[in-house]
Amino acid sequence: MSRRELLSGSRRDDIVARTVTVMVNDETRVLPDGATVADLVTALGLGARRIAVEVNRAVVPRAAYESTTLREGDAIEVIHFVGGG
Amino acid sequence: MTDPFVLAGREYHSRLIVGTGKYRSFEETRRAVDASGAEIVTVAVRRVNITDPGKENLLDHLPLERFTILPNTAGCYTAEEAVRTVRLAREAGVGTLVKLEVIGDERTLFPDVPATIEAARQLVAEGFQVLPYVTDDPVACKRLEDLGCVAVMPLAAPIGSGLGIRNPFNLRIIVEQSRVPVIVDAGVGTASHAAEALELGCDAVLMNTAIAGARDPILMAEAMRLAVDAGRKAFLAGRIEAKLHAAASSPLDGRIR
Repeated sequence: MSRRELLSGSRRDDIVARTVTVMVNDETRVLPDGATVADLVTALGLGARRIAVEVNRAVVPRAAYESTTLREGDAIEVIHFVGGG
Repeated sequence: MTDPFVLAGREYHSRLIVGTGKYRSFEETRRAVDASGAEIVTVAVRRVNITDPGKENLLDHLPLERFTILPNTAGCYTAEEAVRTVRLAREAGVGTLVKLEVIGDERTLFPDVPATIEAARQLVAEGFQVLPYVTDDPVACKRLEDLGCVAVMPLAAPIGSGLGIRNPFNLRIIVEQSRVPVIVDAGVGTASHAAEALELGCDAVLMNTAIAGARDPILMAEAMRLAVDAGRKAFLAGRIEAKLHAAASSPLDGRIR
């Protein structure tokens, strides 16, 4: 059984019901079950920004935001550009 | 365009590349960038503060149609971290030009040259146009050029130190051997340092703290623009040889007796 299956085992789904808990930039976020990267970006209010998203260390291309469903325990990084030299 | 600076197949008027860190506001950043005349600006890749993303973003002040954005890998200590950072930067949609820095030591911020070479090789293979920050070491610069970097960026002195060009002789060797642009990156403190880099034959100079940390960053940005221009013109003009003894400027003939 993989770590992901363990985290979202059927027993737990029965209790928590219809949400997924993910880590976004090391902060816990609870999202509706079936939420996609696009949903997360919208929920964070970052839709118009130049950002990039990684899920479990793999970059998600912008074109795949809608089709990438988040799963229990996913580790997500959301980056943008800041001043630097 | 007369005497363009050609980088990765694109022509620029300005030979000054500026960083965008350490400014007090986006407004000040934009004014300093404008005063510097820079067309290429560096930015860092960092996590969005998801609890408070803020209303404004740096790139709102640096329109992509006017500036070439050069994301850096500042703060990366391994090749793996740097490669990961660059892949994210590309996805944020500012192009494929990247400033690669893999730091080897916290106190001096000197680059880890073997890790820089490893990351550069990987990134070139993935189609990035890589500008590596590297020590003023001709052999390291040669290796980076040979593996396909579009420029080499030897340091003048440690990042943010303001010490100026510590080894002009190494820089001359790097300039002499390189077939890609040589950009002095890091260590510039004041305008004369920038002029010196161009006088030595370097193609461009990259700086951040020297401008952002000045008492008047906007005025210093203008000083740097003029210094880079002056240094380049002096290089093209071909300076006289330095000699130990005097050579009179006025004719010896026709003096009164």
